[in-house]
Amino acid sequence: MSALPRADELGLIGCHVCGQVCSLGSEDAEALACPRCGSAMHRRKPAVYARCWALLIAAFLMYIPANVLPIMRTASLGDIDDNTILSGVVELWVKGSPGLAVIVFCASIMVPMLKFLALGTLLISCQRGSNWARRQRAQLYRLVELIGYWSMLDVFVVALLTALVRFGYFSLVEPLPGVVFFGLTVVLTMFASMCFDPRLIWDGKEDSDD
Amino acid sequence: MTDKQADNLPRPVLRKRRNSAWLIWLVPVLAAIVGISLVVNAWLQAGPGITISFQTAQGLAEGKTPVKYKDVVIGMVSKIRLSADRSHVLVKVNLEKSASSFATSDTRYWVVRPRIGLGGVSGVDTLFSGAYIGADTGDSQTEQYDFKGLETPPAVTHGEPGKSFTLHADDLGSLDIGSSVYFRRIQVGRVVSYQLDKDGKGVTFAVFIDSPNDRYVNSSTRFWNASGVDVSLGADGLKLNTQSLATVLAGGVAFQDPTGPHDTTPVADGTSFQLFADQTTAMAPPDGPPSYIRMRFDQSLRGLAVGAPVEFLGMNFGKVVSIRMDYDEKAHRFPFIVGAVVYPERLGQAHDKLVALAKQRGDNADLSHMVGTLVDHGLRAQARTGNLLTGQLYIAMDFLPNAPKTNYNPDARPLEIPTAPGSFDKLQEQMADIVGKLDKIPFDQIGNHLNDSLANLDATLKQVNGQTLPSLNDTLHDARKTLGAANDTFSADSPLQKNLGNSMQELQRTMRSLRVLTDYLGVHPEALLRGRQADPAPAAPKQPPAAQPNRSQP
Repeated sequence: MSALPRADELGLIGCHVCGQVCSLGSEDAEALACPRCGSAMHRRKPAVYARCWALLIAAFLMYIPANVLPIMRTASLGDIDDNTILSGVVELWVKGSPGLAVIVFCASIMVPMLKFLALGTLLISCQRGSNWARRQRAQLYRLVELIGYWSMLDVFVVALLTALVRFGYFSLVEPLPGVVFFGLTVVLTMFASMCFDPRLIWDGKEDSDD
Repeated sequence: MTDKQADNLPRPVLRKRRNSAWLIWLVPVLAAIVGISLVVNAWLQAGPGITISFQTAQGLAEGKTPVKYKDVVIGMVSKIRLSADRSHVLVKVNLEKSASSFATSDTRYWVVRPRIGLGGVSGVDTLFSGAYIGADTGDSQTEQYDFKGLETPPAVTHGEPGKSFTLHADDLGSLDIGSSVYFRRIQVGRVVSYQLDKDGKGVTFAVFIDSPNDRYVNSSTRFWNASGVDVSLGADGLKLNTQSLATVLAGGVAFQDPTGPHDTTPVADGTSFQLFADQTTAMAPPDGPPSYIRMRFDQSLRGLAVGAPVEFLGMNFGKVVSIRMDYDEKAHRFPFIVGAVVYPERLGQAHDKLVALAKQRGDNADLSHMVGTLVDHGLRAQARTGNLLTGQLYIAMDFLPNAPKTNYNPDARPLEIPTAPGSFDKLQEQMADIVGKLDKIPFDQIGNHLNDSLANLDATLKQVNGQTLPSLNDTLHDARKTLGAANDTFSADSPLQKNLGNSMQELQRTMRSLRVLTDYLGVHPEALLRGRQADPAPAAPKQPPAAQPNRSQP
């Protein structure tokens, strides 16, 4: 037993909703419910790895068409322009809005990629029970949780422009399938990070420097 | 303590566990299916990739420029690059699966850009949207993946109802691809293409007449170049004739049937026609095959120009095509050799009859033998003045009654027509003759003689003045005197006058008595024999009264 005991080690389990603490016997394999509020109780989130991996893989699969397919069509006086995320960034950069290009690049390309990397790292390290840089990993998870929904920026831009720019022949913005896949990617990564249980980071062998 | 606390804590409620963790794997499976379906779909939809070469990639953009057929997108430009020799650009196009029939050998591709020409404006929609590649396919099944793009849109798209015809003209005029074709001033077609004939002696046009107006083209239809303005000044005033304002600028072709009965069955696609320079020429009866003749003139041909008419008895028969000078070393003269193209069929019935006659005689129906007969009858070519003001000449072929015999060679090529000096030239010759004769008169000698005569005359006059006139004066003086005397003699109181009066009275009396006598004798003729009877009567003279009545004494 380490210096700082874990609830698990003390045979206790707490309800996430009402805070009821129960003693845990040998019912580990069973599905538990809080005796006070009736919400599901579990030592760690169930099937974390399966869910996380499944959602993460699905998100990654969606991310490919999201980048390959065009997300938005701008038609102006018959000049039809289909843009993928990357081509939009390039166009912004070329046409003299590097700041905007950086923002869109961060929100639409860097953040999803970072999320894939971060969640992947967390999942792999937790599955291996690694005790490497636990605090930093916990911080990383909080960061992923925080910035997750900012990736929806692109989707919002397309949705807003589609609704606002409707001047028939003169100017028209239409969403294209790419944006759907991109939205799905963002949603799935958010689900994946929600499914992850950061307590897993702290499971495993105790480290000397901890 | 901890153990006790743990014991006091409630136990969690046990629930039946739903083992549904595997369901979550449906999500990536679904995602994978969607992704694969996208890939498969894209792969299924991808048609053949083709390469089109253009002179320039102006207006084309990778991934943006569509390929359209009847305004339906059938493909997209995927890549543009220069050819190896940098002479043109190669445009790679990904056709859609459904448009794979456009990768066949008779498909044509061209870039649709805004075109503003004299004949109109096209492709305005591409002004803002950017150029696109237009396509037109045919019936071919042969696959082809490399194309040479057209620089201008084809004038006729495949399957368009109508007919193409070929026109031959001497030159392009102001026609261009896309120039309109008019029938009774309605636009019914357009010029599709033109090219120089292989021998370089003309231009061949292809025109396309839209259905249903193509049925008005029949074997006797005449096409003419309707470009520009036709201004004619006639007895009924100034006439300005043009098909439309567009033809003035952009040129055009018009066609119409000649008047009179003719075959009106529409002709087949691809029939050839002659393109005439103007409507008048087009509507004139056909000229028939031209013949080349040559004439040799000994006099100056100032005022004869290439293109001057050749007239046969006043009928336009052909035109002068060349005037060249020759040198006759024997006579040291410079005769002119005039070449002309004549159209014998313009003579109409006369030509037909002459041909028939020549055939009867057994000659070949060639122009040479016909002309031979005519030359024997005095046919000569003359350069005559067509316009006295400008002195322009034309060639007249006429029968001269007293034409000197010439040796005519019917086998000479080109045919040589004997000539005669023109009427004006004759006049000039005669004038020159007269002038020559006038020249021979010794005006200076005559002058000298005249001078001498005048000197003599002067002397004579001096003599007259000095000697004759004074004596003449005296004579006149005497004459006046004589006249005065005569005057006196004839005055009223002159004795002569008095005597004359008396004599007259006496004569009167005599006459009276003579009358009495004749009266008496009329009543008494016997008195001539018996003498006067008892009644008192003047004494009857014995002598016959009629013999000397005036001199009879009373």
